[in-house]
Amino acid sequence: MIRAADVTAGDQLPPLTLTITRADLVRYAGASLDFNPIHWNERFAQEVGLPGVIAHGMLTMGMAARVVTDWTGDPGAVVEYGVRFGRPVPVPDDAEGARVEVTAKVAKVLDDGTFKIAITAAFEGKSVLGGATARVRLP
Amino acid sequence: MALDQSFIGRSYPPSPAYEVSREKIREFADAVGERSEIHRDPEAAKAAGYPDVIAPPTFAILVSMKANEVLVMDPELGLDYTRVVHGDQTFAHHRPIQAGDRLVVTTHVDAINSRMGNDIVSVRAEISTEDGEQVTTARSTLVARGTAATEDQA
Repeated sequence: MIRAADVTAGDQLPPLTLTITRADLVRYAGASLDFNPIHWNERFAQEVGLPGVIAHGMLTMGMAARVVTDWTGDPGAVVEYGVRFGRPVPVPDDAEGARVEVTAKVAKVLDDGTFKIAITAAFEGKSVLGGATARVRLP
Repeated sequence: MALDQSFIGRSYPPSPAYEVSREKIREFADAVGERSEIHRDPEAAKAAGYPDVIAPPTFAILVSMKANEVLVMDPELGLDYTRVVHGDQTFAHHRPIQAGDRLVVTTHVDAINSRMGNDIVSVRAEISTEDGEQVTTARSTLVARGTAATEDQA
């Protein structure tokens, strides 16, 4: 588990590649009780002007949190986490799914001793979570 | 049509309690790919200093989104919920949500704006235990796409 004494501003966290498939969308819909049909019904998604079924923004947010929790080792270290939902992530009906590349770095050490982490998440090279940051408290 | 500005500052009565179970935490952790045993094994959670398994950082959406429905569905506010998308989301945890918590949510309307033809409502869900211990503050913006357009053009 990482300790505060080992961390300085500018440190890069190990990056993460997320793979999101249709099965992940169904699993997340069940776990989160978000049954909006744009996340599972191709016909409905197209009727409302989307290219097809898209991932729940909250699923991308939830999965991207792992770039921080894998690093801290303790998921309870995350005292704050926020994102802006940018471009949607279309999820094709195939075995590969959509790939989202997640990076993170220590942006600064705050006055209360917590660390601000700046996170990026990109699909096909374009940002899908804007201004994503977490604040972590380390032992 | 622009939304009623008098809703700014309004809050709704607390939601019925939501009881957090170990199984729901495990299910949610599986769904977002969180692998930590602290979400699954009470002994691992105790070893890390928690009384029981804790929830992943975004688990609070389960209770905050449900509580926000009172606002989204409020006919007096007149938000067109068929056009509502999630603009942003922040969770500030006073402590992690843990199995056994009985959570109640109070929903507050912090701001109402219109920008580029969209109605934008800033909502704050204050999540606490039934006993009044603060657990999480969840802030969301709800964006109703295109609903403010008529007003702008007029």
